[in-house]
Amino acid sequence: MSAVVLDHITKTYDDGKVVAVDDVSLQVAEGELFGLIGPDGAGKTSLFRILTTLLLPDKGSATVRGYDCVKDFKAIRSRIGYMPGKFSLYQDLTVKENLDFFATLFGSSIEENYDLIRDIYEQIKPFNDRRAGKLSGGMKQKLALCCALIHKPEVLFLDEPTTGVDVVSRKEFWAMLKSLKQQGITIVVSTPYMDEAMRCERIALIQGGKIMSVDTPDNIIAQFPVTLYAIKADDIYRLLTALRNEPAIDSSYAFGEYIHITLRNGSDIDTLRQQMEEKGHAHVAAKAIRPGIEDSFIRLMNQA
Amino acid sequence: MKQFLAFIRKEFFHVFRDRRTLLIMFGLPVAQIVLFGFALTSEVKDITLTVIDQSGDVNTQQLISKIKSSSYFVVNESTRDYNRIADDFKKGRAKCALIFPARFGDDLQHGGKVQLQIITDGSDPNTAKTVVNYITAITTAYQQQVSPSQRLPFVIIPETRMLYNEEGNGSLNFIPGVMALVLMIVCTALTSVSVVREKELGTMEILLVSPFKPLMVLIAKAIPYLILSLANFILILVLAVFVLDVAIKGSIILLFLESMLFIITCLSLGLLISNTTNSQQTALLLSMMGMMIPTMIFTGFMFPLENMPKVFQVISNLIPSRWYFLIVKAVMLKGLGFSYVWKETLVMLGMTVAALTIALKNFKTRLS
Repeated sequence: MSAVVLDHITKTYDDGKVVAVDDVSLQVAEGELFGLIGPDGAGKTSLFRILTTLLLPDKGSATVRGYDCVKDFKAIRSRIGYMPGKFSLYQDLTVKENLDFFATLFGSSIEENYDLIRDIYEQIKPFNDRRAGKLSGGMKQKLALCCALIHKPEVLFLDEPTTGVDVVSRKEFWAMLKSLKQQGITIVVSTPYMDEAMRCERIALIQGGKIMSVDTPDNIIAQFPVTLYAIKADDIYRLLTALRNEPAIDSSYAFGEYIHITLRNGSDIDTLRQQMEEKGHAHVAAKAIRPGIEDSFIRLMNQA
Repeated sequence: MKQFLAFIRKEFFHVFRDRRTLLIMFGLPVAQIVLFGFALTSEVKDITLTVIDQSGDVNTQQLISKIKSSSYFVVNESTRDYNRIADDFKKGRAKCALIFPARFGDDLQHGGKVQLQIITDGSDPNTAKTVVNYITAITTAYQQQVSPSQRLPFVIIPETRMLYNEEGNGSLNFIPGVMALVLMIVCTALTSVSVVREKELGTMEILLVSPFKPLMVLIAKAIPYLILSLANFILILVLAVFVLDVAIKGSIILLFLESMLFIITCLSLGLLISNTTNSQQTALLLSMMGMMIPTMIFTGFMFPLENMPKVFQVISNLIPSRWYFLIVKAVMLKGLGFSYVWKETLVMLGMTVAALTIALKNFKTRLS
């Protein structure tokens, strides 16, 4: 049985004028760490809200652990943990009070499922009596995760949990998700950060309310159909402008200190490099590289 | 049940940790009572009076000292200079002038007929009339004192009594009004804001996703404010009794129960507002504008409802505070029992049930 099933889900706002989710179907297996990857406004939050029974889909059906998101919303509500994108703890309550409140609200107690949150909670325990509003971004996320976990949910929905969190805390956060997964909890997480996609077992790339691809990150990368080159020169901006006008180039975009390009059929990277040097670009260097998930995403996005 | 208690505890934390909420909750009633009690009094006191005494005899002296001792007047030094009047009025040293003609005492004792001129500042007609009444009353009393034997064959002496308020304490009328106003504002504004704040913060999403019943969220929200409002009500009563000398003539228990009903009405209205708004500002604005102004105008403690056009009188029936005002006046000031206010109570009860039903029905178990 799949933990989460979306079947041709469509959700629109403003009487159908704005399409947030467009005919989305996907499945998340039991115990999987599943990532919804896409830019802001791609429809991630709408999908989360449908799955957490907060929104009704216009079309299609969705189930969480076999319960229908519309009919059996009560059954779902007692089985899931949800961490909304907007930071959702009481700023004027202390760490302990927040945790206590959410534990009680979900019919549990801190002691009952302490094992589950121990690793995370130990890190914020020294700040037990501090108001949640006075915590740093990373600690807030940890507390929010504790609050979402405290009732031992079967499926955990995390909507952009690492947005606005520093790099170190983000790394720690993903390590925590991994250990939670080992305890058998199905986790659906969304993020706009491509580097985090690699940490998921399977991902769905979503753009404009449509799913572009669902697979393991490695498979998605492996499916990259052409060779990807990284090219650079002294004046990177001038090079980028020149490449954009080059008929041999299929796609080009700045990526760190390099420009990532793909070539049209019959073109050759060495000739291109020579051409560029002849046009006065100094120190042109080009090499074939292994595409990253971001490259795959950009390619899929351009095709759509 | 455990969830319910935890929720209520959390609400109390919110209230006690937010200085602004506390200020609105308990600062507002104190400010209102003090303002209405001392600043906005309609009684006329300390009237500055210039006396032109051209007679200067025993009778004028006696009359002046009577006026001085009445506590309504502050008497400027008497003079014979008639021009002082215009000067004093212009410079604001006098609100009223009293002129005794020459031979005042002589005429009074022998002629039997004597004149006295009162000049008042007509730019404030109400005060002017009151001043004239005061002086007339004092002179009439004096006249009876100096010539008790000179009884007229027929005389009508009106014996006036102000029922329920013999001393003419101006606080009596506005205390019920302020109670209605304060409870209305505090209950509606704070309840609506507290629900909407959860929406703004995003915590509402988690509350909805929890197994805690959505309706219980509303009820758990309302209960702390019910308790706080009752504390508020007691605070107002204590202030009224000990600061403004207003006696509670009727049953305190009845007053308490009626107030509780009114508070629940206001809480329901607050919940109703919170259902339809998504930001704290809108909620606050709606409850302040939508509740405060109709309460001020249509309750009847500032502007008499009887003098309003028919349309407004009909509208005033829809304002819960109007009925509460009537009940409080009847129970607290007149000492009447439940048999006199059951109709008003029933109207309020009907409004409460209606508002609460709509509020609970409209509460969304989902986000949109």
